[in-house]
Amino acid sequence: MKTAAIVIGAAAFAATMIAALLDLPPSAIHLPRLVDANLPVSGVTHPVTAVLLNFRGYDTMLEIGVLLLALLIVLAVGTHDGADAAPTADPMLQTFARLAASLMALVAVYLLWAGARQPGGAFQAGAVLAAAAVLLHLAGVLPAWREPGALLRSGLAAGFLVFLFVAMALLSQGTLLQYPHAAAGSLILLIEFALTISLGLILAGLFLFLSGGQGSDS
Amino acid sequence: MSSGLIFAITGVVLFAMGSAGMLLVAHLLRRILAFNLMGSGAFLILVGLAQRGGTPDPVPQAMVLTGIVVAVAATALALALLRKLHTLNGRTELPRVEDD
Amino acid sequence: MIDPLIWLILLPLAWATLAFLLGPGRGARTAIAGLSLQLWLAFDLAMKIGAGGPALHAVGGWGAPLGIDLAADGLSAVMLLLAQSVALPLALYARAYFAPDKTETRYFWPLIGFLLAGLNALFLSADLFNLYVTLELVGLAAVGLVAAGGGAAQVAAALRYLFAALLGSSMYLLGVALIYGAYGTVSLVTLEPLLTADAPRIVWMAGGLMLAGLLLKTALFPFHYWLPPAHASAPAPVSALLSALVVKASFYLILRLWLGPFAPLVGALAWLPMLLGAGAIFWGSWQAIRTPHLKMLVAWSTVAQLGYLFLIFPLLATTGALQAGVMQAVAHGLAKAAMFMAAGVLIKATGQDMVAGLAGVAQRLPLTLFSFGLAGVTLMGLPPSAGFLAKWLLIEAALAQGYWFIALVALAGGLLAAGYVFRVLRQAFLLAPVAYAIAAVPRTLEWTAFALATASVLLGLRGVELMALLAAGSAP
Repeated sequence: MKTAAIVIGAAAFAATMIAALLDLPPSAIHLPRLVDANLPVSGVTHPVTAVLLNFRGYDTMLEIGVLLLALLIVLAVGTHDGADAAPTADPMLQTFARLAASLMALVAVYLLWAGARQPGGAFQAGAVLAAAAVLLHLAGVLPAWREPGALLRSGLAAGFLVFLFVAMALLSQGTLLQYPHAAAGSLILLIEFALTISLGLILAGLFLFLSGGQGSDS
Repeated sequence: MSSGLIFAITGVVLFAMGSAGMLLVAHLLRRILAFNLMGSGAFLILVGLAQRGGTPDPVPQAMVLTGIVVAVAATALALALLRKLHTLNGRTELPRVEDD
Repeated sequence: MIDPLIWLILLPLAWATLAFLLGPGRGARTAIAGLSLQLWLAFDLAMKIGAGGPALHAVGGWGAPLGIDLAADGLSAVMLLLAQSVALPLALYARAYFAPDKTETRYFWPLIGFLLAGLNALFLSADLFNLYVTLELVGLAAVGLVAAGGGAAQVAAALRYLFAALLGSSMYLLGVALIYGAYGTVSLVTLEPLLTADAPRIVWMAGGLMLAGLLLKTALFPFHYWLPPAHASAPAPVSALLSALVVKASFYLILRLWLGPFAPLVGALAWLPMLLGAGAIFWGSWQAIRTPHLKMLVAWSTVAQLGYLFLIFPLLATTGALQAGVMQAVAHGLAKAAMFMAAGVLIKATGQDMVAGLAGVAQRLPLTLFSFGLAGVTLMGLPPSAGFLAKWLLIEAALAQGYWFIALVALAGGLLAAGYVFRVLRQAFLLAPVAYAIAAVPRTLEWTAFALATASVLLGLRGVELMALLAAGSAP
């Protein structure tokens, strides 16, 4: 009874919305034109990167905060301190994982560098780095992470801190996250570099902090 | 019909399926998947609807990237809590609310 | 030259990250220093707005619609003041409340910092998508605080809360996506002239989705199901923060959208929130009167008190109604924080959380019980409390427009509140059973609760200043 009502409700919702979408007039404001017009002064040449790190960079700063926060909560909720399951010590697999991981690190560097001009950037690079860490963990090369020490904590927070620090430093000229035109490119690159490392660590941490302890799944 | 509009319509269907799943499914892992379905639906609509005229729009694309990271954070948190619940009492469903 | 608007967001982010770097269990002093500065900044901002009207800050220097705008008017200033003035005493309370080296406090301070940053950013944002990010920041931090270090019941409550929050924010996000599709912008300022009464159907759907999602996050009856377990099972300082501030954030956003860009659409809809609000008052109070657990009682009282916030919606044509709603939000924020803090002391001292087990605490913890009673005075709406002022304004606005039954609901709610407040007080004044041990509690716990409870009563005498601030910064 409840199931039927919800399914019918959802279908009716979808049908009404699709009908409304079909006769929607074009929008009054056309932002891509504005993005194109301001792209030369944004410090990068790829429009999506320009929106992410310059025009709407404030969103991105908060979003890194959300990601760091999620990791914090994972730590706060508590990872179990049971013994690790014995790593799968297949030398063939481990050699291959090491090889793949180093190639992935190379890909990450390329993605970061390419982000200024074409699709890519800190997020993609960080995700690839994290995937390399997860691969190494699954192959038994990298053990699960426990309570992070000061060094790991700094690495996890570095990207967010650099972003925050740049924001504060730029405030001296009065506006939040307003890059001086000449330095915009290098500041964005600095932020992206720090973000890549921290995003890689955080995303890997979301897996590796949870993976430790009892019920360890391989 | 432009390809952007087709993406948007697919997004509506995904969102409706996801929200029905959020309300109907008891197993928490599947509910987390349903939430991700909702999110993906909303992202498709955001990008597709803005590009229904045929020109790509970098602003919603960037918003979706932001949204994806937020969704990843939420999913990781949900999985961590689910895992904790499972180690504490071996269950993967929420107890019923006594709302009497 | 310090712009309080920006530092209210950057400062909590900075000390939260610093507290994380310091390590598990550390950061209390950093947090308290940061919160003190924030309180000063909030006052500074309120003064500036009171004198010079609304403030706008274009992040990155771009300006809407390309960039994101931060905006502060009287409403934001009041909410910011409320948030900082509840958070600082709460931080002092929490520092004394948690035993050192307990698992639940390992990352308490960074979590509080992110929560405050999210709240402040939300009160200051003028961009629908940016508001979505701040909503998630607030929601995830709140869930994390509920879950941290807890047992199975607490984790289950946190999960239920998380799913409600995520369902709500997904609906909000879809609304934002549709608005962007329809108008090509998500800036509140740019949207306002574009959104008219003959808006395409999809905009109506967007508005409905955003409203429903935010109502779910505000826990308005009948979407309240997640609130009592989450607020009751969390540690007392966390419950106080959630009830006083977190649910107000989504209420603020509803109000902001309702009075702002969606104003041309909402006319006929105004009775829906009002009816749900009335339902919340009756159902929440009834549950609070029945429940055997002390913190559950306070949590159900939150469900009831949130109802008042929604009684104002059909009356918003007069300024008195907005004043009533904001006054109620502030009064409830201060009083409910005090009440949860007092409940925390009672539970710590008696070692249990049944209302029936409170016999004898009147002699042993008079100050705490007095704080509980003062907070109760505000919730019941007795003079001279801020709660009284809120109800007075509400009833005045209702009668002026001929809606006497709204006034009736408000009065009945006050009586019902008396029902659950006196239930606790009556039990506390009973004689203690023989050989009854009450543990000693740190004095800080009692005095911070007392400070907030007193503030909730005395604010009624200073309501004029608050109303002037609200009016000074509002758009003509």
